[in-house]
Amino acid sequence: MNGHSTLPLPVQVKERIQESADIFTLRLQYPDLAGDQRYEFAPGQFNMLYLHGVGEVAISIVSDPQDERLFDHTIRAVGRVTRGMSQLKEGDWVGVRGPFGVGWPLAEAEGKDVVIITGGLGCAPVVAVINYIFRRRERFGQVTIMQGVKHRDDLIWRERYDQWAQQPDTTVALAADNPEQDQSLFSGNVVQLFDRVDLQPDNAVAMLCGPEIMMKYAIEALMQRGFPDTRLWVSMERNMQCGNGLCGHCQMGPLFVCRDGPVFRYDRIAEWFFRKGF
Amino acid sequence: MSADQSRFLPRSSFQDFIDVLSATGREVLAPVARDGALVFDRVENATDLPRGMRDIQSPGSYRLEQTDSPRLFAWANGPQALKPMTFAPEEVLWQVIRDDSGLHFEPQASALPPTAVIGVRGCDLAALQLQKAHFLQDGAADPAFQRRLDKLFIVAVDCSHPADTCFCASTGDGPDAGPGHDIALTELDEGFLLRAGSPPGQKIIDSLALPPATTAQLQAAAESSRVASEAQTRKLPATNLRDALFARQDHPHWEAIAERCLACGNCTAVCPTCFCSAYEPKPSLDGAESEQVRLWDSCFSFEHSNLHGHPVRDDIRLRYRQWLTHKLGGWHDQYGRSGCTGCGRCISWCPVGIDLTGEVASLLEETA
Repeated sequence: MNGHSTLPLPVQVKERIQESADIFTLRLQYPDLAGDQRYEFAPGQFNMLYLHGVGEVAISIVSDPQDERLFDHTIRAVGRVTRGMSQLKEGDWVGVRGPFGVGWPLAEAEGKDVVIITGGLGCAPVVAVINYIFRRRERFGQVTIMQGVKHRDDLIWRERYDQWAQQPDTTVALAADNPEQDQSLFSGNVVQLFDRVDLQPDNAVAMLCGPEIMMKYAIEALMQRGFPDTRLWVSMERNMQCGNGLCGHCQMGPLFVCRDGPVFRYDRIAEWFFRKGF
Repeated sequence: MSADQSRFLPRSSFQDFIDVLSATGREVLAPVARDGALVFDRVENATDLPRGMRDIQSPGSYRLEQTDSPRLFAWANGPQALKPMTFAPEEVLWQVIRDDSGLHFEPQASALPPTAVIGVRGCDLAALQLQKAHFLQDGAADPAFQRRLDKLFIVAVDCSHPADTCFCASTGDGPDAGPGHDIALTELDEGFLLRAGSPPGQKIIDSLALPPATTAQLQAAAESSRVASEAQTRKLPATNLRDALFARQDHPHWEAIAERCLACGNCTAVCPTCFCSAYEPKPSLDGAESEQVRLWDSCFSFEHSNLHGHPVRDDIRLRYRQWLTHKLGGWHDQYGRSGCTGCGRCISWCPVGIDLTGEVASLLEETA
């Protein structure tokens, strides 16, 4: 086992960005590792972030693995630990265990169209993917990004979506249940955006992240349009405390979401997906 | 080890066996009767062991009864399996100190005494193999588990007196002690047959300079095993129940169980294979230092499946279903076999006497 999956590494907060009223990003300095080792991760993986004396919480890594200076965690202040973390300032220290889990199927997506469907802060784990794709734009086909939020104010990273929309062969479709006069947002949910985008299933992969009910309807819509379940990938969330598949909390049927996921090919979790109690 | 390697230790020499184990610098643990149950505790004398004690177990009930038998192991089990000795109920994983230069994390490194434990049953040895599969995965061995396991010397005892709640014969994990021990004993009226399961175990046996077991003694041991198997009336189906149980997610019997289940978590605490744990910080009063503690957790607790402040399994039906479908179903995918070794503890220590063998039978019955 690598040493930093059981014992946290101290890392310093270099920057803190308030993204919305309750969403913030911590930009962290890479930890010092022994010898020539480098702290490496793949888009879709997560860390256990530790706030001193308060506890740990599983948070996905949103930055590009090739950013050499800092790595980023975007966090919504909802629980005891994340509310505490929202008080962190530049220069403060946190602990990091990880990275954990299986990320997005980037090698498999090469040479294909990519459809990215997210809801709420579900966009965080795929922002790293989107950045990854645009840094290697020629390796991918048509890119379609569909993002839905409840309220206009929850739509963080607006300027990034605007930049992505300018890229060649790229469609960005944004929806808000409550768009508050913002004409650029579709008034409705992300699944209703399917009528506004042109998806070709023959050579495409879809990556989904967000509330399970959103993913359920998006998967149905994708399959109706001819996407096979083997080319749909979903990022799951469960209670994660250890990250190593040991503590048992994140089990979904026989799967340990922290270790076997959090990104799963849909056909491999379909038996448990959106089944109450799993 | 083949049976013909067995050595005979007369009953009157059992003290020598304890002494030899102690002389290797190990703390010796053995079953003792305490608070109305058999528990592992430190022993120095053969007289500390529960001579003539029987355990009378039934759903929701555990009683000890003193008999005139000279035997030390004429019982099935107590509430405590081997599990706490490798997967501690409370384990400090690491400490952290905060100072002006940042956070400093240190792994748990306190010294553990080498320990020999006498009286481990086949069901609990099989459970240890399952716990090893879980905690010592390739490239991801849990340091705390490994540290404790490395210090443990296991003396198993073939089970000659299964309780009414036992069903290890049907799961294939008893009544004899399978692999994973250092020494295994078979208790006969006149004494014990010893067989080695590891080089350190062989060394201990050699140091006692015992005579080989006689053919009659080996026959008596085989007979005892046969009787202990046949005495078991409870059983689980020998087939892989994974698909059958997951196909019955919506079976009405889950609700019938939930009406009785208190979600107390006793079954998970006494289960020798349950592995769930919670991670909690224990900060010092001044906040400068903190420990990260791992505590046993239970899938019956309301918070176990918490996600954004609301549990995935918010009623007892779903929590019992999670426990049983994982134990007898999910384990097959995870570790290649069922997670039940037939010890029967979850039956005896359930305050309302829920019997998983009976519940499985009800779930498998075709519904009208």
